[in-house]
Amino acid sequence: MSPLEENHIFSGTYGFVTNTLGGPDWLAYGMGAVAVIMIVVNGFLLIGTLFTWMERKVVGRFQSRVGPNRVGPFGILQAIADAVKLLFKEDIVPRRADRLLFNAAPIVMLAPSLLALAVIPFGRGSYVADLNIAVLYVVAMGGIASLAVLMAGYSSGNKLALLGSMRAVAMLLSYEIPLVMALLGITLLAGSMSMVDIIEAQHVPFLLVSPLGALIFLIAMSAELNRPPFDVTEAESELVGGYLTEYSGMKFGVFYLAEFCNVVLAGALFAILFLDGWEWAILPSHLWFLIKVFGFLFVASWVRATLPRMRIDQILTFAWKYLFPLSLVNVLALAVETIAWPDPSLGQLWIMVAVNWVIAALAIPLLSLVVDLKTPARAGRRVSPVEEAI
Amino acid sequence: MYGIGILKGLVVTAKNLLRKPATIQYPEERVPQASRFRGQEFTWFVDRCTGCASCAKFCPLGIIRIETDPNGGNEQDGGSYRVDVFDIDQGRCMYCGMCVEACPYDALHMGSNFEAAQYRREDLVINVEVLKARDKHPSTWYRPQLEREKFDPFEGQPKEWKDAGRENPFWHPQRPEMLPDEGDTRPTANGEYK
Repeated sequence: MSPLEENHIFSGTYGFVTNTLGGPDWLAYGMGAVAVIMIVVNGFLLIGTLFTWMERKVVGRFQSRVGPNRVGPFGILQAIADAVKLLFKEDIVPRRADRLLFNAAPIVMLAPSLLALAVIPFGRGSYVADLNIAVLYVVAMGGIASLAVLMAGYSSGNKLALLGSMRAVAMLLSYEIPLVMALLGITLLAGSMSMVDIIEAQHVPFLLVSPLGALIFLIAMSAELNRPPFDVTEAESELVGGYLTEYSGMKFGVFYLAEFCNVVLAGALFAILFLDGWEWAILPSHLWFLIKVFGFLFVASWVRATLPRMRIDQILTFAWKYLFPLSLVNVLALAVETIAWPDPSLGQLWIMVAVNWVIAALAIPLLSLVVDLKTPARAGRRVSPVEEAI
Repeated sequence: MYGIGILKGLVVTAKNLLRKPATIQYPEERVPQASRFRGQEFTWFVDRCTGCASCAKFCPLGIIRIETDPNGGNEQDGGSYRVDVFDIDQGRCMYCGMCVEACPYDALHMGSNFEAAQYRREDLVINVEVLKARDKHPSTWYRPQLEREKFDPFEGQPKEWKDAGRENPFWHPQRPEMLPDEGDTRPTANGEYK
């Protein structure tokens, strides 16, 4: 509880309630906690809303368009205009829908990303809890989001929605393994699962120490978040809107917001685990954290603007045949290095950087030579002469 | 090696990021429009019109309704019919320009406007008062004489009815107001210059 008591907002509210109002201790504690939670959650949702605008703007520029520019300066109020529009829309629940699950799914989608905020340090000394299994906790919360997707797909009473959510679960099962492997490498390096410990262990950013881990994290995260090129769950050319097909009004809005908030959360994770969190020179720590998060979000938008959507079989083949062995190589290399230097000095860390970049430069092309990502011809399928020649 | 194609693609989109957006912000910015644009608001020069109704006869959709009156004048002496009704239903017009091609006296021209949205279909029908009152912004489509004079309909200069057509003033010697002024350099009826 020490970080909470160091928090100015908490201690200010606590002191105001006990001293000025003369309230009891438990009330002061509760109100202080609520004040902190209000600021963290609302600030996060604000950044999530801002990201919906930013992504549209950035993707627009990537496609030689202008993007939203009518509402407010540079269209920055577009997200608010969208929210107002969604609030006024009719809220339709299909007759065949499972009402309880159908209404609960958006909340279940948004809740875990807010819960995961508890362990995210936004700056030096500003975090709600320094959980000693924070990395595991965040991964578990990420798993709940796909439960919400399955709930939405099942309860819609719509085949397309169910298919979309089934794809999401298949993708999650496949990509959770490389993702956890990448995080395992980080945990080995830092010797802890606590976010604060991981940041303090990064004398050299883990992006340099574990380049393979960062790459695997990026790929697996974009699959977990159903972002392009892995957005088969809502592939409009095949599935109308996937699990979002039957949702309308603000329920759709909450799903949309939750999706973008999850991306922001992934950016925060990437900044903490690979980019040294809040640490850097001159600027205040909160600002550095935000800059790193928005750097990640920019790259995410860039990938979205570039890559076309893959087929579900391509996605799963890629996960199991390529990404999984790559993550094994990564974990093996980091484990050996950790055994060799349990508590690496700065020089040893730089040696690890060099070794790991060489391993990455060897492993990626070698695996590409070994692994054949082409889907094997199904039995009885007519093989075209072109395919035969290849 | 896997991933090379992805990197190439990222470079391609990054080049687009640094480029100026191709968007033209329509109400504020406009694309340069061709002067031969076949647009709305037909330009009609009432002084040139004889009321022959060729436009109505040639219209493939039959959306031009024209009613004329002898007006007491003698058309043998060059007097024109008075056009009482001249309705063009622009809601059904396909802007083929057949009426303009059909007009023997170059009285009807295509317009150069395209922003004429209305809330009701009836409002899209323009009548003789509207056609008379409109500013004259004739499109140069099928009117080569306008192009020869480098006429730009978007400059907003209403044309004098004498300058609008290919018609020679000597076709109507009975109407002194149609005769060219001193110093007119246009060809005579025989195609000769003065």
